Amino acid sequence: MKTLTVSVVTPDGPVLEDAYQMVSCKAESGELGILPGHIPMVAPLTISAVRLKGEGSSERIAVSGGFLEVRPDKVTILAQSAEKPSDIDVDRARKAKERAEQRMAEKQADIDFRRAEHALKRAINRLDVKDNNF
Amino acid sequence: MASLRDIKGRINSTKKTKQITKAMEMVSAAKLNRAEENARHFVPYSEKIQEVVASIAAGGGDASHPMLEARDVKRTGYLVITSDRGLAGAYNSSVLRKVYQQIRQHHSSAGEYALITMGRVGRDFFRKRNMPVDRDITAISDQPDFADIKDIASETVRLFTDGEIDQLFIYYNHYVSAMTQEVTEKKVLPLTNINVEGKASTSSYEYEPNQEEILEVLLPQYAESIIYGALLDGKASEHAARMTAMKSATDNADDLIGDLSLSYNRARQAAITQEITEIVGGAAALE
Repeated sequence: MKTLTVSVVTPDGPVLEDAYQMVSCKAESGELGILPGHIPMVAPLTISAVRLKGEGSSERIAVSGGFLEVRPDKVTILAQSAEKPSDIDVDRARKAKERAEQRMAEKQADIDFRRAEHALKRAINRLDVKDNNF
Repeated sequence: MASLRDIKGRINSTKKTKQITKAMEMVSAAKLNRAEENARHFVPYSEKIQEVVASIAAGGGDASHPMLEARDVKRTGYLVITSDRGLAGAYNSSVLRKVYQQIRQHHSSAGEYALITMGRVGRDFFRKRNMPVDRDITAISDQPDFADIKDIASETVRLFTDGEIDQLFIYYNHYVSAMTQEVTEKKVLPLTNINVEGKASTSSYEYEPNQEEILEVLLPQYAESIIYGALLDGKASEHAARMTAMKSATDNADDLIGDLSLSYNRARQAAITQEITEIVGGAAALE
């Protein structure tokens, strides 16, 4: 079975690099599934989970602020933050979620609201990836 | 001549200072190692993002974005990276001097520039001179995460996209080696000097959904990554500068202790000689 090399890099360093059979992720324009031999492509990702399917195993990664660069044999995910489930700090995510919800409830200026919304999305995404509920 | 006790006291206090500077030197050496490692970790990300940006810039002729275009400069942004604490030799002063000169040269009123500072020393420097600091961040950890500075980086980029500033320069100490750091001026925005050559231009991409929207996401991220890269570079320089400064302080303390011990011994010897002379003189008087 053909595989593609997937590497996930963030400003804080590489998160993961390994061979997988399929990558599925949520781009701005919708769900994307990438198999080996895909044409070169660039797409921005939403705050979501990237699923990597390997032989008998699969991996989930919570990404935010990222995009995806595809080559026929290689996929690179560049993200401002990317975490494996084992690296996710649940307490922190939960606190961030509460804080964001509170800020959204107070409904201040536009820009704060959008930031809170983003923070909320990131927190929910982290918790989802950690608990594996999709 | 100073008394024996005085010299002894000075030797002791110099020794204590030396212990402190020695310890600070070792701490900085350890931090420098970590900072170098962080900077290394960041390389793959920055290379990749640069590659993608360059290939989009090279591949699509009609790709345009406000961040790529130079416009008439009404207001210039300066992002200055300094440390929170001193005792780092010329680390802060050389950067600040450079920025200060630039501003004095190019601007006649405070409305023509915006200052964004990272680090307490830089903020205080400009405040003391009544220069308005638009945004500042202090107490950045020695090993900064991207998340720590993401807010200020994206706010800075937003200043440009909102048209509050028309170009952005970043000033920091570039880490050359543990002994040398260079004050560097870098133009971050507009992104006019994207390196197009190299392997990147050979591959052309499909864009999902289209180039404009990708640039919309990619370019701010790219600019933020440049800022983060400069911060990491600056942090490595800071620790290196502090290490060197503390090393020379320790060496100086050694020299001082040497000199003081010499005069201590001389003074002691002089006292002994004098005592002997007095005894001998006293004995001679008795005969």
